[in-house]
Amino acid sequence: MTLAQAQHFVAPPHWTWYILFYFFVAGISGGSYLIATLFRLRGDRADEPAARLGYYVAFVALLPAPILLTLDLGKPLRFWHMMWNTTPGEPGLNFKYWSPMSVGVWALLLFGVFATVSFLESLVRDGKLGRPGGRGLDGVFGRVFITVGAILGLFIAGYTGVLLAVSNQPVWSDTWALGGLFLASGLSGSAAMLVLLQRARPAARASEGTLVRSERLYAVLELALIVIFVVTLIPDGTLGIVFGFPWLLLWLVAFAGLVPGIAGLLTSGLTVRGEPAAAHRQSGSGGTAVAAAERTSVMTSVAMPVLVLLGVLALRAAIIFSIQ
Amino acid sequence: MAEITPGRAYGFFTDTSVCIGCKACEVACKEWNQLPGHEPAFGDGFDNTGGLDAQNWRHVQFIDNVPDQTMGTGQGKAWLMMSDVCKHCKEASCMEVCPTGAIIRTEFDSVYIQPDVCNGCRNCIAACPYDVISQDEQKGVAQKCTLCYDRMQGNMEPACAKACPTDSIQFGPVDELRQAAQQRVTDLQEQGVTEARLYGDDSSIYGGLNAFFLLMDKPEAYNLPNEQNAVLPRRNNAGGYLATLGTAVLGVFGGLIALRRRREPAAEEGDQP
Ligand code: SF4
Ligand code: SF4
Repeated sequence: MTLAQAQHFVAPPHWTWYILFYFFVAGISGGSYLIATLFRLRGDRADEPAARLGYYVAFVALLPAPILLTLDLGKPLRFWHMMWNTTPGEPGLNFKYWSPMSVGVWALLLFGVFATVSFLESLVRDGKLGRPGGRGLDGVFGRVFITVGAILGLFIAGYTGVLLAVSNQPVWSDTWALGGLFLASGLSGSAAMLVLLQRARPAARASEGTLVRSERLYAVLELALIVIFVVTLIPDGTLGIVFGFPWLLLWLVAFAGLVPGIAGLLTSGLTVRGEPAAAHRQSGSGGTAVAAAERTSVMTSVAMPVLVLLGVLALRAAIIFSIQ
Repeated sequence: MAEITPGRAYGFFTDTSVCIGCKACEVACKEWNQLPGHEPAFGDGFDNTGGLDAQNWRHVQFIDNVPDQTMGTGQGKAWLMMSDVCKHCKEASCMEVCPTGAIIRTEFDSVYIQPDVCNGCRNCIAACPYDVISQDEQKGVAQKCTLCYDRMQGNMEPACAKACPTDSIQFGPVDELRQAAQQRVTDLQEQGVTEARLYGDDSSIYGGLNAFFLLMDKPEAYNLPNEQNAVLPRRNNAGGYLATLGTAVLGVFGGLIALRRRREPAAEEGDQP
């Protein structure tokens, strides 16, 4: 297409605050589930507390999702019409693989099951349910279970962008980058959220270095996708809509949210100050880790994650609100 | 008029070259369908309806091309009037994305939103390229032209077509309307009205519009996307999911790199303050 050739005469769907917050919690929930799963499958013993923290976040963040989606409907009590077709004479399940909203409803339901089971399992492992030191889903089944859950989590964090794109709206339908962009920002937001929350869970502090490192990498991924997003909008001439005033202010917040990660990567690469050496982590759990974590500043573990999370929200807000 | 038979495709041929902008169609539509409408808004044109939405299922567009200096006869060019309506697209964007199955194709081949099935998710509004649908504030559901589904079941033509005094709105079986439209555009061309053209009468626009138009200018002038831009929402599924998949793979890799990094003791020693 040549410059400014895309023609859009559509009306905006008025998807506003409920949808913004749904997109946010979907990103955090799905992203946290993935990070937790990576910790459990590929981390060491000291990463287990952080894995459980991740599963707690995945579940708690997901709780408001169905409420937000239902409240957004013009007929909230008919939310189940998404799943069951009530057309007279044609009862049956609704599933349209070509409509992300339809796919998303089922993915959300399925992911909800995984997030709930992993949440309960983490409670059991933490000894909060039943006898202390309970065992979770171990062995191959457990591994397969959380792997499937993580794939669904990735889907939930990303499909919201595809949902916007599968429309005829300006900006949204002019790019193929939104799904990836929302996923990348959901991942960086999840890493930031876990950095923030592990302050309240001392045992999980052993993994702070890994989380900070992940956040840096995800920030780069997100930046790359923002670049793709911009480049794909140029031919259709819709760049001015999404980056115009006042949305530019939201973009500034979104970019500010990338600063901690990218600056961290530029200044110290993948090394994180105050992180205990591998040998120390392996030998003991609690003590060493806590001592080490105290050395990471409030700056790293509070201010920066909050900034990242605000950026995640601002990015979505800019994309959702600017066209409506 | 001949019997309206289920199983046959019906629609509108809206010939904008004879529209006089009287808005009888808008009134008849609201009257029959009991649409309360909005408070009229008075701007600097003759259009106080605004656009198609849940209350306005017909909307007469007034396109003011009056030049500053007079220059001979306008030949219908200075003022373009067009009674807009849901196009009842053969490949309907709204129907494609609707997650509840509320939007169906009726026995008359029209596109109909079942008010008792729709749950007001508004996905169809984001999809319809013609800005036809909106949400009824009272009822919460999406609403648009039904092609007078109820009247057709009672063997009556839609209210707007019945009311139109100039026959700018013609109702009938789509195949017959297409023939009539072809004839009309040929006649106009022969009379020297070279700007007359049909929009949506063949499959180039959304597989063919059951409610199609004779226009006196480029489609864009009437807020209708041209052929290249008449695209379905589902075109973005593959690209969108692929980008998500690519990001997911990179995201997993990123997580693994972050985990792996600290296992390299040499680098870790350097970290110690
Ligand atoms: S014009 Fe819009 S509302 Fe009407 S059938 Fe086509 S996509 Fe659906
Ligand atoms: S608002 Fe109603 S008709 Fe439109 S997509 Fe949603 S359920 Fe379907």
